Amino acid sequence: MVSLASPLMIRRHAILAAMVAALLSLGCTPQKPLIYRWGVYEDLVYEMYAKPGSADPGTQVARLSEDITRTQAEGRRVPPGVHAHLGYMYYLQGNTGAAYQEFATERELFPESATFVNGIQQRLRKE
Amino acid sequence: MRLYRFLMLCIACAVLILTGGCVTTTSPDYSAYRAHIPKSVLVLPPLNQSVEVNAPYAYLSTITRPLAECGYYVFPVAVVDALMKENGLPTPAEMHSVSLKKIHEVFGADAVLYVTIEEYGQKYLVLSSTTVVKARASLVDVATGTTLWKGTAQAARSSGDSGGSLVGMLVTAAVAQIVNTTTDQAHMLAYQANAQMIFNDHNGLLLGPYNPGYATDTRGR
Repeated sequence: MVSLASPLMIRRHAILAAMVAALLSLGCTPQKPLIYRWGVYEDLVYEMYAKPGSADPGTQVARLSEDITRTQAEGRRVPPGVHAHLGYMYYLQGNTGAAYQEFATERELFPESATFVNGIQQRLRKE
Repeated sequence: MRLYRFLMLCIACAVLILTGGCVTTTSPDYSAYRAHIPKSVLVLPPLNQSVEVNAPYAYLSTITRPLAECGYYVFPVAVVDALMKENGLPTPAEMHSVSLKKIHEVFGADAVLYVTIEEYGQKYLVLSSTTVVKARASLVDVATGTTLWKGTAQAARSSGDSGGSLVGMLVTAAVAQIVNTTTDQAHMLAYQANAQMIFNDHNGLLLGPYNPGYATDTRGR
């Protein structure tokens, strides 16, 4: 667990540092607090494509759920797409009920996703 | 030698871009963008003109955060990709050819961000290597087909930056090439390139509805 977590942490910090540097270098735009707490979402998207097998649905469900709990505990906002992505991971695991619920949460937080979520839920009902 | 000069020019450009945030330049015409300002943006997996096969998906994992922080709803990139693949669209080129009418029906997206990766990864030189990310993007209004905005994301980093002695430079180049085998360095540069493209007072994206500064962003008003 430690061997898995530490390189990831290092990379996450490096990415964060790069982003901060990028934002600072713009100069004109004063830095404001982020709207969302990002956690591991984009890291997982990167890993599932760049290192196939390293981020299987089970791993992603565990890490995203943990992330969401922490975000809520900190009183921050979950970014767009996270609940839908988690729903898709539940679907890949065969847990259609949980998948359905996560997509519903995505729509609740972001009504812009309604058409997309409704379409997916329709497909899930047929499963 | 010509390649070397070209790369030096690229690095010089990158430095200018990195440091030039406050230089006054002519802003693009934001009136169409303002008139059709989207709430939601669908990002399709990018077309790839680079030699790095992993570039489209590595890039795709760096675009949600800046777009969402800019104030837009961003559809879940990996779910969108999977859905399209399941529906007989296995490549980014095929996904890019989907009609806006179909995109409206399936996603209800207000705008689509089409990205083409021009360069991604490492360029080798004798004493140094340069990692480059360059992508062009256009934001298209789904309802009207109007191009609302165009931008270029680019960033470069040379391994020779810290070099002093000849041996030192050789070591630096070798180490940078090892790091690059995982393309992680280009991945980090992609974050930087996207942030600079999007959060840019002169030709970046307008702030979207979820950004607290949305009401006070005067561009295109």
